[in-house]
Amino acid sequence: MKRGAASQLRNSAAAVGYFVIPVAIVLFSPWWLLLAIVAGVAALLALTRAGRQMLSVTRIGISTIPQRLGASSVVVVGIAGVVAVLVALLAMAQGFQQTLRETGNDETAIVMRAGSQTELNSVLDHDTAVLVSQASQVMHGPRGQPIASPELVVVASLPKKATGLDANVELRGVGERAWDLRPNVQITVGRKFRPGLRELIAGKDAQRQFAGIEPGSTVKLNEQVWTVVGGFDSGDSHNSELWGDTDIIGSAYRRGSSTSSVTVRLTTPEAFDAFKAALQADKRVQVDVSTTRSYYNAQSDTISTIIRILGTVVGAIMAIGAVFGALNSMYAAVATRTREIATLRAIGFRGTPVVVSVMIETLLLALLGGAIGAGLAWAIFDNYTASTLGSNFSQVVFAFRVTPELLWDGLKWALTIGLVGGLFPALRAARQPVTAGLREL
Amino acid sequence: MRTLVEIRNLSKVYSRGQQKLEVLHHIDLDIGASDFVALMGPSGSGKTTLLNLIGGLDSPTDGTIAVGGEHIERLGEDALAKWRAANVGFVFQFYNLLPMLTARRNVELPLLLTRLSAAERRRKAAIALELVSLTERAEHKPSELSGGQQQRVAIARAIVSDPQLLVCDEPTGDLDRQSAVEVLTLMQDLNRDHGKTIVMVTHDPKAAEFAHRTLHLDKGTLVDSPEQSAA
Amino acid sequence: MKYLHLIWAALLRRKARTVFTILSVLTAFLLFGLLDTVRTAFNNVGGNVSGADRLVTVSKISFTMALPMSLNTRIQAVPGVAAVSYANWFGGQYQDGRDFFPSQAVAKNFFDLYPEWQMPAAQRKAFRDTRTGAVVGENLAKRMGWKIGDKIPLQATIFPQKGGSNTWVFDLVGIYHVSNPEQRGNENNFWFNYDYFDEARQFGQGSVGRYAIKLTDPKQATAVEQAIDALSADSDHETKTETEQAFTAALVGQFADIGLIVGSIMGAVFFTLVLLTGNTMAQAVRERIPELAVLKTIGFSRRSVLTLVLAEAVLLLAIGASIGLFLAGIAAAAVQTQIGTQLVLPPVGATEWLRGLALAAVIGIIVGFLPARRGMRLRIVDALSGR
Repeated sequence: MKRGAASQLRNSAAAVGYFVIPVAIVLFSPWWLLLAIVAGVAALLALTRAGRQMLSVTRIGISTIPQRLGASSVVVVGIAGVVAVLVALLAMAQGFQQTLRETGNDETAIVMRAGSQTELNSVLDHDTAVLVSQASQVMHGPRGQPIASPELVVVASLPKKATGLDANVELRGVGERAWDLRPNVQITVGRKFRPGLRELIAGKDAQRQFAGIEPGSTVKLNEQVWTVVGGFDSGDSHNSELWGDTDIIGSAYRRGSSTSSVTVRLTTPEAFDAFKAALQADKRVQVDVSTTRSYYNAQSDTISTIIRILGTVVGAIMAIGAVFGALNSMYAAVATRTREIATLRAIGFRGTPVVVSVMIETLLLALLGGAIGAGLAWAIFDNYTASTLGSNFSQVVFAFRVTPELLWDGLKWALTIGLVGGLFPALRAARQPVTAGLREL
Repeated sequence: MRTLVEIRNLSKVYSRGQQKLEVLHHIDLDIGASDFVALMGPSGSGKTTLLNLIGGLDSPTDGTIAVGGEHIERLGEDALAKWRAANVGFVFQFYNLLPMLTARRNVELPLLLTRLSAAERRRKAAIALELVSLTERAEHKPSELSGGQQQRVAIARAIVSDPQLLVCDEPTGDLDRQSAVEVLTLMQDLNRDHGKTIVMVTHDPKAAEFAHRTLHLDKGTLVDSPEQSAA
Repeated sequence: MKYLHLIWAALLRRKARTVFTILSVLTAFLLFGLLDTVRTAFNNVGGNVSGADRLVTVSKISFTMALPMSLNTRIQAVPGVAAVSYANWFGGQYQDGRDFFPSQAVAKNFFDLYPEWQMPAAQRKAFRDTRTGAVVGENLAKRMGWKIGDKIPLQATIFPQKGGSNTWVFDLVGIYHVSNPEQRGNENNFWFNYDYFDEARQFGQGSVGRYAIKLTDPKQATAVEQAIDALSADSDHETKTETEQAFTAALVGQFADIGLIVGSIMGAVFFTLVLLTGNTMAQAVRERIPELAVLKTIGFSRRSVLTLVLAEAVLLLAIGASIGLFLAGIAAAAVQTQIGTQLVLPPVGATEWLRGLALAAVIGIIVGFLPARRGMRLRIVDALSGR
């Protein structure tokens, strides 16, 4: 009896040593290291006698999978589901964050009233706006004017194409220097709006989301008729906005000469600290100063964090369910192969090759499931556009981004589930008393 | 003895794909009430098929089977089920007890089909177990019983709803000599003291000795001619 | 019922398999309960969804634009209007802003329109009488550790005071309680006196963010909505009036199609679950064909064999679902402590349980159907001889 227990312990230790620890380590390695390890293991399997034993046992096991199609598909589909949902949700968070982050950079800074946190809440009076644009750290254009755009952010209500219901769209009044400030903005259709007139241009995504703002159409704001004269593409979250002249929008919304923010181009990115210090020391104004990069980063953080947490929690719960499904399937797999395993061991195969073969089989199924899930997520969700309520209480359009890192994360989850779900059945396979198995014959 | 089972011109043909296999040919047979009949024959002679037809597990291709005056060859699957519940008890070679139920619960199974209360069911099961001398094993699972004990539980299950007919397929086929004798003696007692009519298929001549008479089947026909037993 | 022990015995045949399957079912329904709670929470984000007899009037252009105070008496005069009140979003920040809650300035009679918010009469009176008075929901008070009489300062993010100060100080005079657990999100609000707000604010005097209207007869909602909007037609402050429910739904709809997201996830989860439990049931029945044959020989009808197998599947799912839903309730409470006050998750209530159990029954029947049919249709003779 004692010898039996000792050999069982040895087999378990072998399983852990040969397999679990290395695979666990691998999961935390960068991909190139993983590739190297896989190549190494493959060589080991092919070239050593023990390795070849394991391969032949594995081959036997895999050849019986068609008989166990139902149970095997449970592992594959269960894991595919986890990976698909996880990658989709994380891609949503990634896409939202990326869209907003792309909107900011280190060369421009945004100034708002102290404590407002978002442009919609901020109110700056005309004097303050002038003062900000006169700071020495602000770059000047070819004709000597400071590249500063006092901007007014308000919200308009327009029907969404998808639902027909009204939703909020961000309306941004921009100053004359806005085009110097944002050289990435291209007019794709029509022309720019003319200052002093009730004209608007619509961002690419805003046009896609809302009805009735194609270039050439008119919109009614506050009993006044406005004309959409063009469309623009800025390559960032401004694409969800409508732009017009600050003063005219200000009067339509009865804001007088006040604005929400002033965005400036700095002489150099390093000048930011001096810029901020100067404005915060000035007693005439009470403002918050940040680079557009940190402003837009902060805007995206809350929502993308919430989505990431949601995705991880949901994924984790699904993963646990998948583990139990895998346990079920692999225990059943081991049970149906009791005879074969007992015969092998009676012939003289040690416990380890059996354990390894069950683990390899589980991991292959898990890999297949992970690949299917990741593939599905990529095929369905990559660049899938969605919109949500941004921090200015208006629709922000973003695209899901299924990045290679996310796909790799998904595969790692799949392999982990396979590892956990296959370990105990594998150990059980190794520990089965030979005689009990042979009696099945 | 009045006739319980009256079989006329019974035939059974199995179709396996294109092939037709005629297993029973034009059997005529009478079995009296409280008779104990053994059916013997080589493998493939159709004895199990005949037994299944008598017990209402299958329907004949041709001919009639009347049990207690009722023509069961006409009954559909659901009607046969009802008929079996009231009229037949089965004993199989491999006991066929439900492994997750105790002996008592196994014996109570046929009673679930009646309107008896739980207490009534318990009482009848206890009586049946008493009859087969297994009262002290009532709460054991089949895995905790020997082969002979399991078969006795199966017999208790077969008689618990007091059927007129007991149909047994190689009841001692999987038992050692001593257990086999115990089981066969029990069956004799049931037949003699409680009037149960028993039809038993067996390949063991020693087992057949416990019966009143033995019928031989070969290639689907009775080798001995049917006889009316004296009352 | 008397067959229960048979079904139970069948489940216990392979304990490990049954346990693992139940655990998988459990996780699926844990997710279901959680996600459903989250979905309900989002639907209640704007506030209450009970008042089908309440309307909201905001500026047609954008609900961030203010409406004139003069509309108050004019709306009151519209037939079908039982009471009018008004509110203005304040958007104050408490301390470092980590615990966010909505803060709004409201008219003295505001709470008359929300009788389902329970507050002692003395506190209602105190609110009317105290210029700097504030009223909060019980949930918020508990979370912040506030008591009646506390002085609570809020930092303005939109509306600084006349002198330039950003700090507004209020006296807590009332705490209300919402009895309906699904609407407890409404306790997450901070209300204070509009008069104090209007006097002390730097700009926008005499304007309000929205009007709240109580109808005499809910069935007249559409007529009253149109009448109210007609008051401001062709003016520079056109209005849009709709029921509170429609308003909230529109607001939530802008955030995300939560229903779609939750539905998609649960679709994937339940698809996997059907496959998993279907496989288990198929295996289980395959192993038990001889036993089912024995039942049939004893005289169990085809229908009862069918029912036994179906019942086994349904019981399996019902057990897993019940435990899962129970855990969902606990998990929801745990998640709530993590996400703070931004979103209030209602407890997993009777509706969720009913929905979950019904779903379990349906899935049980789906996965049990084919195996049950196989059991029903087995030919006794073949099954007994092992074919």
